[in-house]
Amino acid sequence: MRAQNSILSRQISLAFISPSAVLIALFLIYPFFSIFFMSFTNQSLTGATALNPQYVGFQNYLDLFDFKTWMNRGEFGSSLLLTAQFVIGSALIGQAGLGLLIALAFRNQKGFLRQLVFTLAIVAWIIPEVVIAFAWFAFLDPFNGTLNNILGALGLPQPDWVLDYPMLSIIFFNTWRGTAFSMLLFSSALGSIPPSYLETAEVIGASTWQKLRDILFPLLRTTIATDLILITLWTFNTFSPFLLTGGGPNYRTELISIYTYRTGLQFFQFGKGSAIAVIVMLINLVLASIYLFISRRRRVA
Amino acid sequence: MKQSALMRIGISALAILLAIFFLAPLLWFVFAPFDTTPSLTVKLPESLTLDNFNLVLDNDTAMRSLFINSPIISGGVMLLVAFASALAAYGLSRGSLPGRSAITYVLILFSSVVTGTASMVPIFVLIYNLGLFNTFQGVILTMAGGALPTSIFIMQDFVDGMPKSFEEAAMVSGASPLQIFRDVALPVLRPGIMVVAILAFVGAWGSFLTPLILIRNPAMRPAAIAFYQFYGDEGNPNIPAIAAYALLYTLPVLLLYLLINWRYGFRFFGGVKQ
Repeated sequence: MRAQNSILSRQISLAFISPSAVLIALFLIYPFFSIFFMSFTNQSLTGATALNPQYVGFQNYLDLFDFKTWMNRGEFGSSLLLTAQFVIGSALIGQAGLGLLIALAFRNQKGFLRQLVFTLAIVAWIIPEVVIAFAWFAFLDPFNGTLNNILGALGLPQPDWVLDYPMLSIIFFNTWRGTAFSMLLFSSALGSIPPSYLETAEVIGASTWQKLRDILFPLLRTTIATDLILITLWTFNTFSPFLLTGGGPNYRTELISIYTYRTGLQFFQFGKGSAIAVIVMLINLVLASIYLFISRRRRVA
Repeated sequence: MKQSALMRIGISALAILLAIFFLAPLLWFVFAPFDTTPSLTVKLPESLTLDNFNLVLDNDTAMRSLFINSPIISGGVMLLVAFASALAAYGLSRGSLPGRSAITYVLILFSSVVTGTASMVPIFVLIYNLGLFNTFQGVILTMAGGALPTSIFIMQDFVDGMPKSFEEAAMVSGASPLQIFRDVALPVLRPGIMVVAILAFVGAWGSFLTPLILIRNPAMRPAAIAFYQFYGDEGNPNIPAIAAYALLYTLPVLLLYLLINWRYGFRFFGGVKQ
């Protein structure tokens, strides 16, 4: 028996970890803490406040939460509300709903049609976002776009989607883009449920709805919770809709990610931009903590 | 389990509707690049051509972005992430540090929290102050830092699955830790390194936000940003060029995913998407 059961001594293992540790400290941990400090200053890119930013206390936060104006178009509160609509519409209803529907419908299928649907959904998920954004720009074009061509052939009205229904457009865009994740997660979870559970239910004459409610949903509960948290986190932070609408028309699709970009990175108001980023990251922190709590508990169980 | 004919027809109809839903926005990219007169409308080309590709090949900035800048950035991220995550996962798995699973969880937590445009505000200031604005290094280091926690998490699965006996034998015969890592562990870990490397490459290749903010010099922009020069100034996109460029730019991503799918299957790696 050897006394030592690890191959690397403590110093050597620290040396192995150090390249990653430096990068992570610099580009993940430092930004997280520096942003709290920056949010209490009036730092900017150019001008007198670039080199010598001043401490302004809670001024940036007071600007964001100025309840007289914050619900105006292009302001913080309105942006949060739009983001909530976007997350509920495209992630919780769109991606999770459609992903669950596909996973359930093709649960026992093997053939060509299942393969086709899965492949297309995955392709939509992996193609680079700038390409996808142009694909949707072409798809939604009021005169030549595929969508309106189809609607026209069916004798239906053909609106200018991005101008008339901007929020609906980015909700469909993001549902289309991200459904693959929920679909794959749910179908792998469904695949791990023993078929005997459902066969027993069938023998005693349970209806499809009863099987869903009493067998599948309880078994899928953790998977569904995991999925909802992760896609909420990603959708809350996604910047892709900017590539389709630029946040417009008239700020009607200015999600919180786009509002942060405009304030902090286009107008270079780092102080105010940091204050927005602090709030966004605190929301991220809550969501990510719930996710880790669920997944740790599952590992233990 | 018996399925009624009605059920089967219903599922087939649903499959066709879903296929149309996912395919319709993509169809344009299948035909337009080879069409002599491409427009925004999806149509079978009246006559096939490769002229659209010549249009792109003649554009020096676009070519530079696609064949030099994007490969440098994505290749750099790939090498850095593969190298650093393999070392770190090995160090965490084979070392005697306490609380290793806690460390991994905290790192995953940070990478989920410090993300998107919110993280770009402090990162822009940091990169600017480090003198790395408008450099490839700045973009590569930023992307690598963001990708590392997930990559270490994935690598740990591979390291934990490797038997210790060979390493112990090498240690008994007097090999140094670095030699053990290089000559014994690395060959066994190659599949894991491949997965991590491909995910890092694909992530960097498609990334738009980070280079948009950290590189302003048009000659250094990756393809994701160069794509926009074909949009034109006043909503007058150069459609033949966009169609051809989009296809060239997307091809490596599709091929790498096919490779990963064929070699390793589509796995979830702890439910974390890169």
